[in-house]
Amino acid sequence: MVASRAIGSLSRFTASRTLRCSGYICRSFTRSSALLTRTHINYGVRGDVAVIRINSPNSKVNTLSQELHSEFMEVMNEVWSSSQIRSAVLISTKPGCFIAGADLNMLNSCTTSQEVTQISQEAQKMFEKLEKSTKPVVAAINGSCLGGGLELAISCQYRIATKDKKTVLGSPEVLLGILPGAGATQRLPKMVGIPAAFDMMLTGRGIRADRAKKMGLVDQLVEPLGPGVKPPEERTIEYLEEVAITFAKGLADKKITPKRDKGLVEKLTSYALSIPFVRQQIYKKVEEKVRKQTKGLYPAPLKIIDVVKTGIEQGSNAGYLSESQTFGELAMTKESKALMGLYRGQTQCKKNKFGAPQKEVKQLAVLGAGLMGAGIAQVSVDKGLQTILKDTTLPALGRGQQQVFKGLNDKVKKKTLTSFERDAMFSNLIGQLDYRGFEKADMVIEAVFEDLNLKHRVLKEAEAVIPDHCVFASNTSALPIGEIATVSKRPEKVIGMHYFSPVDKMQLLEIITTEKTSKDTTASAVDVGLRQGKVIIVVKDGPGFYTTRCLTPMMSEVIRILQEGVGPKKLDSLTTSFGFPVGAATLVDEVGVDVAKHVAENLGKEFGERFAGGSLEMLQQMISKGFLGRKSGKGFYIYQEGVKNKNLNSDMDSILASLKMPSQPDVSSDEDIQYRLVTRFVNEAILCLQEGVLATPTEGDIGAVFGLGFPPCLGGPFHFVDLYGAQKIVDRLRKYEAAYGKQFTPCQLLVDHANNPNKKFYQ
Amino acid sequence: MNQNFRMISLLTYTLKNLPNTSKWALRFCMRPLSSSSQLQAAAASQTKSKKTLAKPNIRNIVVVDGVRTPFLLSGTSYKDLMPHDLARAALSGLLHRTSVPKDVVDYIIFGTVIQEVKTSNVAREAALGAGFSDKTPAHTVTMACISSNQAMTTAVGLIASGQCDVVVAGGVELMSDIPIRHSRKMRKMMLDLNKAKTLAQRLSIISKFRLNFLSPELPAVSEFSTSETMGHSADRLAAAFAISREEQDEYALRSHSLAKKAQDEGLLSDVVPFKVPGRDTVTQDNGIRPSSLDQMAKLKPAFIKPYGTVTAANSSFLTDGASAVLIMAEEKALAMGYKPKAYLRDFMYVSQDPKDQLLLGPTYATPKVLEKAGLTMNDIDVFEFHEAFSGQILANLKAMDSDWFAQNYMGRKAKVGLPPLEKFNNWGGSLSLGHPFGATGCRLVMAAANRLRKEGGQYGLVAACAAGGQVFSICFTCVTDKTSYL
Repeated sequence: MVASRAIGSLSRFTASRTLRCSGYICRSFTRSSALLTRTHINYGVRGDVAVIRINSPNSKVNTLSQELHSEFMEVMNEVWSSSQIRSAVLISTKPGCFIAGADLNMLNSCTTSQEVTQISQEAQKMFEKLEKSTKPVVAAINGSCLGGGLELAISCQYRIATKDKKTVLGSPEVLLGILPGAGATQRLPKMVGIPAAFDMMLTGRGIRADRAKKMGLVDQLVEPLGPGVKPPEERTIEYLEEVAITFAKGLADKKITPKRDKGLVEKLTSYALSIPFVRQQIYKKVEEKVRKQTKGLYPAPLKIIDVVKTGIEQGSNAGYLSESQTFGELAMTKESKALMGLYRGQTQCKKNKFGAPQKEVKQLAVLGAGLMGAGIAQVSVDKGLQTILKDTTLPALGRGQQQVFKGLNDKVKKKTLTSFERDAMFSNLIGQLDYRGFEKADMVIEAVFEDLNLKHRVLKEAEAVIPDHCVFASNTSALPIGEIATVSKRPEKVIGMHYFSPVDKMQLLEIITTEKTSKDTTASAVDVGLRQGKVIIVVKDGPGFYTTRCLTPMMSEVIRILQEGVGPKKLDSLTTSFGFPVGAATLVDEVGVDVAKHVAENLGKEFGERFAGGSLEMLQQMISKGFLGRKSGKGFYIYQEGVKNKNLNSDMDSILASLKMPSQPDVSSDEDIQYRLVTRFVNEAILCLQEGVLATPTEGDIGAVFGLGFPPCLGGPFHFVDLYGAQKIVDRLRKYEAAYGKQFTPCQLLVDHANNPNKKFYQ
Repeated sequence: MNQNFRMISLLTYTLKNLPNTSKWALRFCMRPLSSSSQLQAAAASQTKSKKTLAKPNIRNIVVVDGVRTPFLLSGTSYKDLMPHDLARAALSGLLHRTSVPKDVVDYIIFGTVIQEVKTSNVAREAALGAGFSDKTPAHTVTMACISSNQAMTTAVGLIASGQCDVVVAGGVELMSDIPIRHSRKMRKMMLDLNKAKTLAQRLSIISKFRLNFLSPELPAVSEFSTSETMGHSADRLAAAFAISREEQDEYALRSHSLAKKAQDEGLLSDVVPFKVPGRDTVTQDNGIRPSSLDQMAKLKPAFIKPYGTVTAANSSFLTDGASAVLIMAEEKALAMGYKPKAYLRDFMYVSQDPKDQLLLGPTYATPKVLEKAGLTMNDIDVFEFHEAFSGQILANLKAMDSDWFAQNYMGRKAKVGLPPLEKFNNWGGSLSLGHPFGATGCRLVMAAANRLRKEGGQYGLVAACAAGGQVFSICFTCVTDKTSYL
């Protein structure tokens, strides 16, 4: 689960930043002679305060690149040597971004851990010099202040941040499989305390400005400004700078002290942490928790704990050394490469490669107010999209409306929304039982029950009222879109939008295009998906599309493994210890046994023997006994409201016993069981690429990880093949093929990769 | 100053709930009487002969006169009164000043912001207590700091539509006492207890009692929609327009100095003395305190700490007070032998973003109401703007002087233009005279009308912003030719 949570937070720092290009024009002030040679930094002096403004050219964000690094050092040396200057302000003039982190390309271009360690040590030295500066430096933070950006900021003597939603501070390195390599492992614990520092570095979570102030991560807040006589963003940065300058002066004059008053609780905590025994307990506790959550699959979190511990127990010199060396080691791990690959993929899948649609969708209509329909409505209304939610009965509609309200209200409880914002968002939702207003809809997304006849009926009903330009999207997990479109008068406007449940939590949206779907329709669907905050893959129509198709053979294997006598609990633990966020048996319960059977039957018909394996009879018997999974309260497990630890459903024993088949000992070790599941998944994914269902390996990886919970530490099926070697996987498949037959025959593309070690999905 | 400061902090929270009237610039255009041909001739003969702003087929509506109680700092002489006591004082004063026969009054409307729950229709309670006929209906309106403007324009509507001929409009606010409630949980428990029939039921309800039920619920300090206090918003607004602390202090000093001068010269003729039961008679406003810039510079920021610019000295303070005006159809006033002070002409309510432009309304409303009246900034002889905060007034002036703002936020080709400062709030404003939320609107209108008479001008313009991002603005013309009434 930690993996999925970790990946969840990935989304936060990659969330598309629609930054306007730097509009902030520097006011005239005394400029240093070297100004013209610098590209990233603009530096000037106001009175006795040096103002250092960062704005990397041709980029939406500032990143700590080597160039920026050296320009900054140059400027700081001037500051330190000038007798006129007594203090400095460090600010970014790029709207919405202070420094978003280190330049990842810089790390990726390193081939050895020594190179990475060296980068880390250079940064450490620079920041140490900054920390020891006798002239106070104030970091004025507006926008994202992440990774290396945060490390820079906490090396300054004082921090002032705008209380803007875009201002987020954090150390997300762990999500990329590395650690903060420029001193944060040493400085953060001193600044915010050991527990909070661990929390920041181990979860990578972004911290909003007001919370950062409470934690002691920043010293002052500045409210963003509204319109004045120039654009608000521009004036806000200017105002931040003005405020920072007054504080810089105050610090130089010793009128302000950078130390803040600690509250009683904080004092007590820091006292407790001065006792070695207490510290040891904390390390132990945190380590245990990390081990439990990562199952040892992610090396970075444990290393972070080590490095922090070294710094505290053996002094900063040892700490810094350990930090830079571990940083180098981690950057070379497969896990880190997989996670960085995912990060890049995610960034790519947050772009609309189909261009802007001719007509932006302003009015959305969702058919069916069930779990999916209401979820789709929720992620639409909270982005300001006018949405009609239609169902056929008042109680069903009411449940859907309540689900949307609850989703929004939960955010109010978490204080990420105000009740007023919730109300304003909720007013974007119109619940109704008829097709009134559909004549103004720009897009209809149907999320009715998975039944082809029903889908045909609602399509025809909708097409009778919707305007010509309106897109009709079908949310289905397995019904081919082409078949749904057969009854359409305008198949070029029909498309598949496969959301994942729960819609407000799962990031993936799989968009399915048929041969007839027009490019503009696709552009429109991608645009809506992006506005809903989704990571998007676009695949070709076919049975099961991409995600369901990959999952089904794996599910078939799950049933066989159960039939072979491996218990659901054991199976769950084997899959989660491989890195899946949810165990395989639990997944069947979550998806719903009836749905699983429905899909398995349909796809089984299409793909024949390759999808065979376990007997569908098991699912049939479960259905007949009413064990539909979580939704019916019983499946492999028993589900009760408020009970956290789920127990096995003992009534399953007889079903399992009746369908028991002999296991084959040479392919039934724990590892074999794991690989039987994973290789079937991976083989099918690669076949999807081979057949052109997938356009790129990136989309395959993103779809598998964000939609199906493929282990993030493996980076998705394609990264997995690249990093672990196609040959090894083919060998595994051949072995299982010998035992079970065609279900394990490796596809041609995979065999090609195995035959040519230079062939990689990612170059 | 200390007291002032306390006031401010109190203000911050009370303001939250209150509709701020200052956003509505009410423009009453009072021109020489246009209704009778006689008068038109008179108007034509005037040196400043201008349009009358009369509209065909719409009755001319006049302000006969208006009064107010002295505006006092909250917690001073009015502190033991209830709001309707103050409102009564204003009504009695109006009766006395105008000698209007009580049975002529068709309707009474009052504005108020923080409602005393016992007298939620404070207009009715005050009217009955002031000896008005119990046959005269009365209602209460609320619209933050422009509540009494709303009362006046409601009266205008009643008269213009022919429903009434004579309406008393006014406003009242008593910030010395505010309704502090039990917490919702406590209220719920008390209500449940009321319904409980058996001892067992009662005990089971009481057993759910927790100590935190006792924490009281104060009237909200901040804007409901944004959770931001008005002072905080004003500080951000001042920063957005790059208005310095010094500029704000200077403007506040101007307001206090001008108010002091006006008070000393007896120009604040709308004030009527009020014998407070059990205390001395109050004869004048007590919040006017011209200080020095040095003194003001010593104050700490009240909202954005420690570096903000809005302080107790450059904000309006919590005030108790009430005001009332007598509004009539022109022909009725003339028939009764009155010499009205002003015609109420075009008015307009405007609203905008309650977050970043909470107090920027006058900038929006002023050009609109001028256009509606067919006037330009140059035609206006008297400006009365509600001064919620120095920074807010200065921000509005900067916005009105900015082409960029006009083009990007108002959809105008060019800037609104600056009102000349020599015509602007010449007798002080809310910063110095005080700002009883519900009562300020009538004070602004009467100040403009009285200034027009005194200074010999013809057109007046009032603008006031209010919580919720709303504004009132009115144009009015003065009845300058006194002889025409004779």
